[in-house]
This record gives sequence, structure tokens and C-alpha cells, in this order.
Amino acid sequence: MAVAFSLVPFFLFVSSAFKTQTQVTAIPPTLWPSFSLDFFHSAIVQYRILGYLLNSVIVAGATTFVTLFLATLAGYALARLPRSWAYFGLLVILACAMFPQIAIVGPVWRFLRLIGWLNTYQGLVLPYVALTLPLAVWILALFFREIPAELEAAALVDGCSRIGALVRIILPLSAPGLFTAAILTFIYAWNEFFLALLIITDPLRQTMPVGIALFQGEHTVPWGEIAAASFITTAPLVAMVLLFQRRIITGLSAGAIKG
Amino acid sequence: MIHADRKFYLALLAPTILVLLVFIAAPIAQSVVLSFHRIIVGLPQLQNPFIGIENYQELLHDSVARHSFLVTFVFVSVTTFCEVFLGLLLALLINHRFPGRGSLRACVLVPWAIPTVVSAQMWRFLFNDSYGLINYTLFGNEVSQYVAWLAKPGTALFTIILADVWKTTSFAALLILAGLQIIPDELYEAARVDGAGIWRRFRHITWPLIRPALLIALLFRTIDAFRVFDLAFVMTQGGPADATNVLQLYGYKKMFVEGWMGYGSAISVGVFIIILILAVIYVRMVGRRVLEANL
Repeated sequence: MAVAFSLVPFFLFVSSAFKTQTQVTAIPPTLWPSFSLDFFHSAIVQYRILGYLLNSVIVAGATTFVTLFLATLAGYALARLPRSWAYFGLLVILACAMFPQIAIVGPVWRFLRLIGWLNTYQGLVLPYVALTLPLAVWILALFFREIPAELEAAALVDGCSRIGALVRIILPLSAPGLFTAAILTFIYAWNEFFLALLIITDPLRQTMPVGIALFQGEHTVPWGEIAAASFITTAPLVAMVLLFQRRIITGLSAGAIKG
Repeated sequence: MIHADRKFYLALLAPTILVLLVFIAAPIAQSVVLSFHRIIVGLPQLQNPFIGIENYQELLHDSVARHSFLVTFVFVSVTTFCEVFLGLLLALLINHRFPGRGSLRACVLVPWAIPTVVSAQMWRFLFNDSYGLINYTLFGNEVSQYVAWLAKPGTALFTIILADVWKTTSFAALLILAGLQIIPDELYEAARVDGAGIWRRFRHITWPLIRPALLIALLFRTIDAFRVFDLAFVMTQGGPADATNVLQLYGYKKMFVEGWMGYGSAISVGVFIIILILAVIYVRMVGRRVLEANL
């Protein structure tokens, strides 16, 4: 039941991507597509979705990279600071994650306009970093805390610098935590729509979700092309979920109850 | 701890603090300031005068805003209730060991990973009034019976609620599952030996022990549901007759479509205050001790 409810609607939708124009709007609906790739062809040629895809890859990739870098530093500090400080720090960071985007979007938009960053990649990536940092810091701080501080102490005695100890001792041991934080950050940045819609109005710089939401045909809704674009956007995510579900689940519950 | 150590850790924290200050804390403070001004994008000659609480007075008399609040309230309460309830059932199911549990977990996670925009387009397609599969499933070839789901106020809100429940029930289930997994099996064993049936085991062991996890799931889902935007934007644009004009969409329209930056900021401060109050209530209910234990 749960599986059917989860998957059937989506299969019905993406199967339209492999149909022909008459099959998409046919009544009764054709359940089995003819595996035609026409819609993919027209989505790529007519609607240039590969450009949107590239923008999404750049934005989500850069966000993941910057967020992970900052969250590693901050998470490590919070894991090693005295508990009362760390408690306060994590609470403040959690509070940052709860704000509605609408409460920040006006000033953020004005700020980006002021410095001329509307319609740029960095203008979208930096707000994404701010919005994904809380969960990433949280996951990593809980992970680093499980690694005994004696390991670094030993490295320091052996002549390692503080940063050297973090990079050579802690990071290799934390690969699973880093990986979880990276997946969740990437999924967030890949799927985000509200800020992307406001900050980037130039179609050449827009990301996939904006492209899919604003898809317009000349006369009718181009369902086949929308389904094709949706398929291309979603396929990497579904692959990630199926491969890494265990890591994702640990990461998501880290915020709620220590997993 | 040595003094130099403390400096080192603060230096590591500094970039994160800076990003959060510039892109979250300062914007929120500025939203409050903007909400006391009349700012209309595109009319800079007005020079953005300070008008005190005029925006808020207007907000109180704005019937569209009141309606929008009501719609959001219905959306938030129905979706969070359904998601946490179904999530609990799903979590109880997944918590049992059985062959294929891993793939079941992965399957229910798929809707969560799908971009909201994609799932919105998907439901718009399935609920289509002339060739949507939902009409066909319900009415077959009786085309005259077909319902224009997205064009009627009552059903339009329902479709958005359904789309949200479809997408995030699995997330609620995961949070609850994390709570279920820390309950030791011995408790159930002992109760079974004492002759407690399945309902009494749930009532006296599971329920009290997962209450914190349930509350946390409620907290996260409530706060997130208040931010609903993508579904309404793609599926209905807030219509028909403002039936799905949720608060974030209304604020967006005021600020970025009509250019009323000051008035829009008053709306966003309102949303912010509602969420703040809810968060405080929930944190009180969960209890400081539970939070601290998990930090």
C-alpha cells in the first residue's frame, strides 16, 4: 500500500515522457508508453533544458562544496568546545534553520541587487549556503564528537599542526558523516525553488526547478516535455536515495534524536 | 581548556557565523525595519518614508490577508496531522524486521527526494480536468462527470494538501522511526510475558516513549508546512478565488509582483512571529531536558 502510494503517481507521470503527443492526452489513458524519445528531443532542442541542467549542477555543486567546507570547521569547533558553549551554539544554529524564507527574502534580494549579484551564480549559492549550513553543522558536530580527542592529541605530539590533525586524522574517520551532510545539502540546493525564482530571472542562468515550473507551450501545456525534464531532474536524486538510503536516514534523524 | 585553543575554535566558527549573520540574522532584522516604511519597488521617488505601524494596521483590515491566514492554517493543521499520523503507522511498520525492509524504506523515501516543483507538476497532470488519470480512475468514460479539481476552491486546497502529504509523510515517518528504535526490545518481551496484548503494549510502552519523537516530528512539519509555496505557485497560482493563496505566496505577490516591499515585509514579520510562537510552545512541550540530552 505505502509503496504503491509512493511510487505509482510518479511512474504514471514520468511514463508520459516516453509517450507520443496523442498518447499523453488520450482518454482512456494509455498506460504503457511507446518508448518514444520525441519529448526528450524537443525538451532539449526547443526548450534547451540542458542549459538549466548545467546551471543546477553548478549551483548545487558549489553550494555543497562551500557548505561542507564551512560546516566541517564549525562542526569540529562545536564538537570540541565545552558542552555548555556547544549547547548554546547548536541551539542558535537550529533556530536559524527554522525561519521561514519569506522573512529573509526581501532584504536578501535588496542586498544582492545593491552589490549587483542578482542573476549570478554566487548570488544564489551564498543564500543556499546559509540555509543548508545549520543541518550540515549539526550532523557533523554530532559525528565529530564520537571521535576521541586523544587521537588529535597524539597527532599534535607527533608534530602535526591543529589544521593538519583535523585534515589527516579527523576527516578520514568522518567520511560517512561528511557524505551524509553532502547528500542532504546537494538535494536541498538541487530542489530549491523559491529563492531561485526570485534571485535569477535570466533564463540562461535559471536552475531546473524554475525551468520546470515556468514551462510554457505556445498553445497548450507541454506535458510531455515537462515530464521529460522532470525525469532528467529527478533521476539522479532517485538513484541517490536508492543507493544511500541508510546514510540519508541517519542524517535526517540526527537533528531529532541522536542516531 | 587553554586560551589559545578557544581562539582557534572561535576562528573555525567565524565563517559560519558570518554567513548566518549576513544572510539570515541581518535580513530578519531588516525585514522588521522595512515593515515600518512605505517602500514601493519601482517608485524610488517616494523616498521610502517611515510610516510607523501603518502597514500592520492595514494588514489587520486586509481581508485577503485574513483569508490567506485561514487557508494556511487549514493547510498546516490538516497536512501535519495526516503526515504525523500516517508517518507513525509507517514507522511502526518499518520498525519490524521483515525481508525487503530496506527496499521498502528506500521506496517511501523517493517522494521526499523528488523536487517539490516536479511533484506539483505531477499532481497538476494527474488532476487534469479532461485527461487526468484521477478523473479517469473515478469516473471511467463518463466524461460529463469529470471534476475540474484545480478550478474549484474546495477541491483545489485538497489537491495541494494531498500533494504535500504524499511528499513528506516519509520524512515524518523517519523522525518517528528514530524514536522507535531506541526503545529496548526487552520492554516488549517483559510486557508479553506479563500477558499484555498488542494494543496494551502500544498504549503503555510505545506511546509514552515515542511522545518526544512525535512532538519533534510535529514541530518540524508544522514549521515547514508554514513555508508552503512551490505547490501553490505551480498548481494553482493561489487561485481559484484565493482558495490556495497561502501566506508565503501572498507575501511573495505583494513584495515581488506588486512591489510593495514595506507591506510585504509586514506580512513576512507576521509569519515569522507565528512560527516563533509555535516553536516556543513545542519546545516547552518537548521539554528542555530532552533537547539537552540530544545535543
